Amino acid sequence: MAQAEFMGKTFTIDEDGFIESYEEGKCEEWIQYVKQQEGIDELNDEHRKVINMLQDYYEKNGIAPMVRVLSKVTKFKLKHIYELFPSGPGKGACKMAGLPKPTGCV
Amino acid sequence: MAKHETPLIDQLSSGPWPSFVDDLKQEAESRAKNDKNVDFQIPQDCVDDLLGVLELSYKHGRTHWKHGGIVGVFGYGGGVIGRYCDQPEMFPGVAHFHTMRVSQPAGKFYTTKYLKDLCDLWEFRGSGITNMHGSTGDIIFIGTTTPQLEEIFYELTHTFNQDLGGSGSNLRTPSDCLGQARCEYACYDTQAICHELTNEYQDELHRPAFPYKFKFKFDGCPNCCVASIARSDMSFIGTWRDDIRIDQEAVQAYVGGEFPSNAGAHAGRDWGPFDIEKEVINLCPTGCMKYEDKKLMINTKECTRCMHCINVMPRALRPGNDKGCSILVGAKAPILDGAQMGSLLIPFIKVEEPYDEIKEVIESIWDWWMEEGKNRERLGELIKRQGFQRLLEETGIKAVPQHVQEPRTNPYIFWKEDEVPGGWERDVNEFRKYHLR
Repeated sequence: MAQAEFMGKTFTIDEDGFIESYEEGKCEEWIQYVKQQEGIDELNDEHRKVINMLQDYYEKNGIAPMVRVLSKVTKFKLKHIYELFPSGPGKGACKMAGLPKPTGCV
Repeated sequence: MAKHETPLIDQLSSGPWPSFVDDLKQEAESRAKNDKNVDFQIPQDCVDDLLGVLELSYKHGRTHWKHGGIVGVFGYGGGVIGRYCDQPEMFPGVAHFHTMRVSQPAGKFYTTKYLKDLCDLWEFRGSGITNMHGSTGDIIFIGTTTPQLEEIFYELTHTFNQDLGGSGSNLRTPSDCLGQARCEYACYDTQAICHELTNEYQDELHRPAFPYKFKFKFDGCPNCCVASIARSDMSFIGTWRDDIRIDQEAVQAYVGGEFPSNAGAHAGRDWGPFDIEKEVINLCPTGCMKYEDKKLMINTKECTRCMHCINVMPRALRPGNDKGCSILVGAKAPILDGAQMGSLLIPFIKVEEPYDEIKEVIESIWDWWMEEGKNRERLGELIKRQGFQRLLEETGIKAVPQHVQEPRTNPYIFWKEDEVPGGWERDVNEFRKYHLR
């Protein structure tokens, strides 16, 4: 596991840049750290809405929501989610929200 | 001089079949020599390290790749399969070893120019190793590093007008048999519709929006050369609905031994002279053929278009003129609740540009599955869970006997409330008036 330092904080991350522990990543520094790697210039309220929804869902259910659920709750079409997070909801938004890395046949 | 000792996999150099070990070694050597002065963007010795890690796996009997890996290019949610070696110090050349799926042309026809261009790119920015092709159909670039992904993608799209394939919970790269390009059985242009639908559903292919993966495959006839019935959630299999075209003179040529049966496919062994009764008439699954007075007759009404007679006598028998395809749905591998092959949904549909009717079926299935499908539930499993009847309702298709192999044997039959006079609302006191406790 590698270490990343940013704004005075140290994060333990894997090769894909996902954070090791959800609790550690629940901070503004982590969001800012991921932002610069995921091709995002400015974070706006819509970015925050997606991140907050992912975190709430994860805390409640212990898994990331399906894409459809994310779209439904935030009312953002998938296309718009890609405009916000160019890598998409998995690699982009989930990483920024500090959720565990998506698994399965990807 | 090889970087690692590989005594176990070296044994795979012997024998007549083309050896992947020899090929890998040749590539390792070619990269070491670098005659073309390529400015390699990933470790020059990555192929040596691949051989090394494979040897170690042969020794240990287990894989040495870490779990998962999430990498990709901006704008897409799939197309790249991230992979990291679990012994990066021992094999730094394959510490990153991502796979890129590159969308292949329908039917996999190529020009050397195109392939050479791709090879040059891959030599420069990747390992030089490929899989031609992945089971789903993609050209597969095996092994590169994360920083190279966007570079390769840029080059593919800008210079070669070439896109990535699909991965993840989305529409995967569609593929087809080579169809009318060089097969007289093809009942529709498999390549044209494969290409058209791939373009039509680019969005669904690149940005995962489905409960799980979804595959299209297109077979020109029931011989199923791309195995759509087993390997695609939605399988398009060519067929026809008029008479098989019979050339009686050519039939005589088969009977007379002038034409070899099955186009000579069994010439490696002496099966005796061709016997049309034994090899065709009596093998017909419906027994709808007759051979009398040197004339072959087929009772079309009873023909299930299994292809057997046509396969045996391709120069005498041809599919009919009124052609189209059948659509079957739900095929999948065993995980989670057992393997499935496609089930017949549409017995016959015309395959004509712009394929609007077919697109309607596809989209109505997606609407249903995207709404009702559980996380990681294939279409075949949703059909099992909610019932084939539900699929018919959602696609607006009328139930016909062709939808089943046999009717149900259990009597657990659901009725809709409006089909039953009086409905479900009953008062037990009414009942008690006639039936005392």
